[in-house]
Amino acid sequence: MVDRKLKIANKNFKSRLIVGTGKYRSFRECAKAIKVSGADIVTVAVRRVNISNKNKARLMDYIDPKKITYLPNTAGCFNAEDAIRTLRLAREIGGWKLVKLEVLGDKKNLFPEMIETLRSTELLTKEGFKVMVYCNDDPLMAKRLENAGAVAIMPLAAPIGSGLGIQNKVNIKIIRQQTKLPLIIDAGIGQASDASIAMELGCDGVLINTAIAKAKNPVQMAEAMKFAVISGRKSFLSGRINPNLFGSRSTTKKGII
Amino acid sequence: MKVKNKIKITVNGKQIQVIHNFSMKSLITNLKIPLNKIAIELNKKIIDKKRISKIYLQKGDKIEIVHFIGGG
Repeated sequence: MVDRKLKIANKNFKSRLIVGTGKYRSFRECAKAIKVSGADIVTVAVRRVNISNKNKARLMDYIDPKKITYLPNTAGCFNAEDAIRTLRLAREIGGWKLVKLEVLGDKKNLFPEMIETLRSTELLTKEGFKVMVYCNDDPLMAKRLENAGAVAIMPLAAPIGSGLGIQNKVNIKIIRQQTKLPLIIDAGIGQASDASIAMELGCDGVLINTAIAKAKNPVQMAEAMKFAVISGRKSFLSGRINPNLFGSRSTTKKGII
Repeated sequence: MKVKNKIKITVNGKQIQVIHNFSMKSLITNLKIPLNKIAIELNKKIIDKKRISKIYLQKGDKIEIVHFIGGG
């Protein structure tokens, strides 16, 4: 069975794994992990240029935006105004319209501030941005974001960087059933099996940063995530057996001696 | 002889002095920042990078120069 490609805002992507570029030990390691992961979208953040150190290495020197899709985020924004300002600047750097909106509400648990997130989605969509939205795993808010013009719904599995894995499978399943938009698990993945579970729940993709970047061997973990996403997707498409409380023989009794 | 006046501006939160009639283009060139990898804000308004040679900095201007860094 040939799988359809991941399609976001009318653009096809080969990989269902999106990788973050933060927290790596070096740009070199980051670039290597991304290559091995097979991802064709990477998230990036907008920050001040260091004007004191003119020779400091830049992300764009290591990861070519002509070869891989940059997905600018709004990390560190706590209201719609800051998020919009950040994404306008990102667009100015190189014309990016496909963006990841992330408006946080709490500095400790990093949960999204959904009222501001919804408002930002509306405003950014009106400005012509294609907004992939980091959100909580609430089906009602997911529906509102969809109505506001989001191009992808990206609920958390668990708090950002926590590595706790998918905490609320039921809500993810409900969101899956109600939306035809790309559904991408964003945040909370800890290990490869978490990524597989996300895909087995019917998600269209997974966005991973910390679980790769902070693994002891990030490049190898990037590869593990790549296979986990492929494996989980194939498992989902193959149609699992019904779970059963009792055993069912794999070998026939016929001809038993 | 007229002495060139210096003006104070703020770039990325740091106060610096430049000569009067200093253009945005001169600032970017002096800082050795590749123009195709940045965006510039002047007093919270985004600047069209094609026009930077025509923008002359004024006393008290607040400039933000941003680029992409690693993020999730």
